[in-house]
Amino acid sequence: MDAILLQILNGLDKGSAYALIALGLTLIFGTLGVVNFAHGALFMIGAFCVVTLQKILNLSTVAIDPTKVDFLGNPLKVKTPYIVNWFGEAAGSAIINWSVPLAILFAIPIMLLVGYVMERGLIKHFYKRPHADQILVTFGLAIVLQEIIKACYGANPIPTPAPEIFRGSFDFGVWIGMAENAVIYPYWRLVYFAFSALIIGLVFAFLQFTTFGMVVRAGMADRETVGLLGINIDKRFTIMFGIAAAVAGLAGVMYSPINSPNYHMGMDFLVLSFVVVVVGGMGSLPGAVLAGFTLGILESFASMNEVKGFFEAIYLPSIDQIIIYLVAIVILLVRPRGLMGRAGVMEE
Amino acid sequence: MFDKFQNNDRMLMLFFIFLVLAGPILLAPFGAGYPDLLQRFCIFGIFAIGFNILFGLTGYLSFGHAAFLGVGSYSAVWMFKLLTMNVIPALILAVIIAGLFSLLIGFISLRRSGIYFSILTLAFAQMSFSLAYSVLTPITNGETGLQLTLDDPRILDAANTSGSLPSTNFFGLTMNSTAKFEFFGMVFQFNVGFYFCAVMLILAFYLAMRIFRSPFGLMLKAIKTNQNRLNYTGVNTRPYTLAAFVISGMYAGLAGGLMACTDPLAGAERMQWTASGEVVLMTILGGSGTLLGPVLGAGFIKYFENIFSKINENVLHGWFSFLPDGLEDLIVWVLHFFVGKGWHLTLGLLFMMVVIFLPGGLLQGASHIIDWIRGKKQSSSTQISNPNSMPAE
Repeated sequence: MDAILLQILNGLDKGSAYALIALGLTLIFGTLGVVNFAHGALFMIGAFCVVTLQKILNLSTVAIDPTKVDFLGNPLKVKTPYIVNWFGEAAGSAIINWSVPLAILFAIPIMLLVGYVMERGLIKHFYKRPHADQILVTFGLAIVLQEIIKACYGANPIPTPAPEIFRGSFDFGVWIGMAENAVIYPYWRLVYFAFSALIIGLVFAFLQFTTFGMVVRAGMADRETVGLLGINIDKRFTIMFGIAAAVAGLAGVMYSPINSPNYHMGMDFLVLSFVVVVVGGMGSLPGAVLAGFTLGILESFASMNEVKGFFEAIYLPSIDQIIIYLVAIVILLVRPRGLMGRAGVMEE
Repeated sequence: MFDKFQNNDRMLMLFFIFLVLAGPILLAPFGAGYPDLLQRFCIFGIFAIGFNILFGLTGYLSFGHAAFLGVGSYSAVWMFKLLTMNVIPALILAVIIAGLFSLLIGFISLRRSGIYFSILTLAFAQMSFSLAYSVLTPITNGETGLQLTLDDPRILDAANTSGSLPSTNFFGLTMNSTAKFEFFGMVFQFNVGFYFCAVMLILAFYLAMRIFRSPFGLMLKAIKTNQNRLNYTGVNTRPYTLAAFVISGMYAGLAGGLMACTDPLAGAERMQWTASGEVVLMTILGGSGTLLGPVLGAGFIKYFENIFSKINENVLHGWFSFLPDGLEDLIVWVLHFFVGKGWHLTLGLLFMMVVIFLPGGLLQGASHIIDWIRGKKQSSSTQISNPNSMPAE
């Protein structure tokens, strides 16, 4: 029982990331009909927003402290971040400590802007072109964004630690009345899951309960009619692209303590997120979320030793590496539209 | 220019054979006349021709073709390890294994079309890549890559007593032997490996031309134009697309096998998505759906990759030394992002530019320019001749 619970919990953080990226992909696809291969790059840019903010916060004045020496015998250089000078010792170091959550505020305007510029500057011109062209141009854009990040920040992963109180693990089992030390779980993963559940809820609520969302949903169903009613649907869809970019960016921001940002993390997630979208059903938002969590949890179950042993016995070694692809293949063969796909989407 | 040749296949073929065989002489003045680069032109030319049979003719955009290249490389190296250093069995095995592998992947992926197909092939390629790194280590030798060793059995070859690794050969002709000639201060290098690859490229080109002109090729073009209409007329398109997929997979396997022939090691990084993207780029850049385009695109990219990645900041400073200091530093600072290790950035930008402005590739650009010149020379009434007839997809 506790082993099963632990695997479900372990699957949640990856599943959350898949779900958030797949949600953004589906939003873009459902509104604009564009397949965005640069979505993984948006996830990565989100993670690098944290790195940037961290660098800005750690900008320091250097003063030489003549009373102390370092291990080489030179006078010790003391670095004091500006932020500490401005807000005092306690507040300043607290701000630096909380740089990852603060990066959410930092990332939202940046990601909205990036999304807006991307849509207006590039993707707008590709609505009438074949899907192959859309894939190719966004693929090229993904390479460019990735290489720009690599040129600016280097090829090595940059650690971005979570706030101190969320570091380390806690005994999750005790919370729900199980034996001690049965289910040990890192704090930050729980935070990540809660955060992504919140974001997913917000996106759905936005689409369901606001007039803007209603118009967008109407546009997804029948773009032409909405346009004939005198509503500037293109403008709303552009904003939705910005929102989708922000969702991917926030997924990246919060994922940065789990996996130190590096320039190719976007592509690693993108391939799996596409599989998630296909399994969930192209164009279905609940499908994307459901498939994201399901595949994340399945992946974590497949890494259990018992499961691995079982599959090894039937000559399928290292099932955890390929489980997602296997599931995708089976789903596409049995139910080609995906779990919750509608008829007539991308079927020409 | 190229349109005229396409009307006359024999001329095109002769022109192509001449270009390829005279490669070491023609390209020597451009600093590309050395065997390693020439071999890469041929190998990636074959790869791109094969990819074009799938993408250019049927319109199915595969993002996983590098997997077949990798499989071809691995099987060729295994043949070198187990059987003989002769390249023929290695290539045969590489083509067969890549063909079987693409049959399997194609059978599943081709159940969907459009974006689903692209994603499925991408997923399969990534799966093969991660498998090659992890579980399949006994076969692929993981991150180190598969290499020759001294104690490999090589049952058909005479016992190796020299104490050094044997080199690949074609019935005794060693692949890396090169004849050098000096002529008017220029060095021309004629390499056995290059000529072997060149013959393969010519054969591959000939076969592709026959496919393009055959009823089968016509059927593939019909699939690209409108698959629904074909289905309504009662044609089952699946066998045709699958055949095209397997053929292009076998081309990729041949290219991978040749890669192992010229340099007998194989690594998983050949299967990564960037490698798949590269062949897509080559095809698009040259002009997908045309015969000569993919070879041209492959040559173009490999040539500029070679040139660009050699340029570093010192070279740039040398070029712009005539400018005032501040300006020179600024220009060098801007440019150094695009050269050397930043070559991929240039590649990505190039990729986007081509897709945005020249969907028909370089060949379309060339024919535009030719039309433009003709339009200037003749009266203004003969304008650009129907741009819609160009391969715009």
